[in-house]
Amino acid sequence: MKVCIVGCGAIGSLFAAYLAKLDDVEVWAYDLDSAHVDAINQSGLRISGVGDMHSFPKARSSAQDIPACDFGIVATKSLHTRAAIEATAHVFENAAVCSVQNGAGNEEIIAEFVPRVIRGTTFPAGHIIEPGHVGQDTGGKTWMGPFEPKPASMEEIETLASRLTEGGMETLAMEDSRGAQWTKLIFNAATNPIGALTQLPHGVACDQERVRSLISGLVAEGIAVADALGIKLDGDPEKLIDHAREVAYEHKASMFQDVLAKRPTEIAALNGGIVQFGKQTGVPTPLNEAIWALIEGLEYSWTRDN
Amino acid sequence: MADNDINSVCVVGAGAIGSLFAGHFGSTVDASVLTRRPIHAHELNRHGLKITGKSNLQTKIRASTDPADLGEPDLVIVATKATAVESSAKTLSGHFADATIMTVQNGLGCEDVIAQAGDWPIISAITFMSGTKHSDIHVEYELDTATWLGPWVKRGPGIEVVKQVEALINRSGLKATAFDDVRPAQWSKLLFNSCVNSIGAVTNLPHVKAFANRDAMEDLGHLVFDMMEEGKRVAAAEGIELHEDPWDMNVEAVSHGSTGQDEYAHIFSMLGDVRSQRLTEVDWLTGAVVREAHRLGVPVPIHETMFRLVKALEQSWRR
Repeated sequence: MKVCIVGCGAIGSLFAAYLAKLDDVEVWAYDLDSAHVDAINQSGLRISGVGDMHSFPKARSSAQDIPACDFGIVATKSLHTRAAIEATAHVFENAAVCSVQNGAGNEEIIAEFVPRVIRGTTFPAGHIIEPGHVGQDTGGKTWMGPFEPKPASMEEIETLASRLTEGGMETLAMEDSRGAQWTKLIFNAATNPIGALTQLPHGVACDQERVRSLISGLVAEGIAVADALGIKLDGDPEKLIDHAREVAYEHKASMFQDVLAKRPTEIAALNGGIVQFGKQTGVPTPLNEAIWALIEGLEYSWTRDN
Repeated sequence: MADNDINSVCVVGAGAIGSLFAGHFGSTVDASVLTRRPIHAHELNRHGLKITGKSNLQTKIRASTDPADLGEPDLVIVATKATAVESSAKTLSGHFADATIMTVQNGLGCEDVIAQAGDWPIISAITFMSGTKHSDIHVEYELDTATWLGPWVKRGPGIEVVKQVEALINRSGLKATAFDDVRPAQWSKLLFNSCVNSIGAVTNLPHVKAFANRDAMEDLGHLVFDMMEEGKRVAAAEGIELHEDPWDMNVEAVSHGSTGQDEYAHIFSMLGDVRSQRLTEVDWLTGAVVREAHRLGVPVPIHETMFRLVKALEQSWRR
């Protein structure tokens, strides 16, 4: 079995490393970061932290060097989805490709280029320590189900999920994975940009009564859109937010870190995703629209010499 | 107040606006300044106040941190930032029993704060003039646009007193226009500032063309527009016919003639405050719209959002 990881940053590296532990899985990793790619090819991919392993995927910065594969796992930031899948489409001419990215709308883009698509959601998180070395910060499950308009077969999804689980990354195959995806989406859209805009860590933001009620307003809009789409959430985002306050009080969400580093954020796939699906279903989402515009405005401010 | 005229004026707070008033009044009537810092009062007593730019004046000024030193003025102009009005009101409490008080702050609600500290009649004013304070004793007069004033709707003096103040300001070399009801102008400026200041503060953007851009769904102009529509619904519920549409003010402010250069973008006072990590005037701008909206039962989710975000930003500096 051949699997190609598209986007081998922190999350992609975790998928690559866990799968490459299995003798009968050939893992290819596509990433434009040549330092990381070279390090993996020279001395393998090391994972430390919550996970601890050393494995040997084949990494490439040129998609032309990657053979046809049975599966794809797309793990780029959502703003690179189109460019990445366009470059690797030939690898997946007869493959099932799974998005494990943040936000809504990635599967729709992937489906323009490959025959069968899997809707994935993953909870493990990590960060790149140095080229060839990734720190795994949290464990957690991954959920996979068919992308309804262009679905992979359940048999395929179960194959990929069971191999990942064997490798040490617990993955559940399900008939409908939208509930898991939207639960995480609503959680992220209600918390990530708030940290980015207020410069407050998650727990501190939650302790501000006004901010907490703004978060709840964003959650309520997300839930209304999910309802209109007929999606049954598999968790209460409000409870996840309160839980995260307990276990990750000082956590600075990835978008907060993006803003501090003045990197483009995933806002278009998070709040932008909720807004766009809201428009499709006729559900008003004024708060998510406001937050989307504010982050876009903030990103625009970096292009100016203020 | 004296029968027919204003013979003495005390200006509270000598920032740029306060200094412009005091420096111009000094040549016309008995003018004094109530300051917060003793050294500021000392410098003014010693050197007077110099105005350059659109005017060229050197005035003697009586200044003190204690209202008891400043006699019984006919008119008091409170010209501090909105964030300092509460402490100014406390200082004034029990003094200047015969005075009329005029507020010139941005936003809404400063009149109420003053009214709680004493039973002076109050004039609501908004000012469009601007200046740069080079030192405690030197201010440059830049934009020579008018100050608009009218009796505060809850407890104003008669219109004849407002007209006396108008005449005094005009005689001193500044510009003023009296209105029976200044709220249409006050609310236009309020809604404009409530929206563009809070959005600028949160996005770290000065008043660039993006504020009026409504092409793509995520463009900032949609947010500005939708937020202003909310504000206009609040004004309508309050029974106010706006003097000017805040969206037109926004479009006008970002179109710099035919050049359209972003470089000339105005840095909002709230953005300046945020960049220096100072308390902002958001309570009197966006917060004031939220309070009025709640009182009137008008939903304003975007104003609430922006108000909460700016308050949270202020909170982040205390960590």
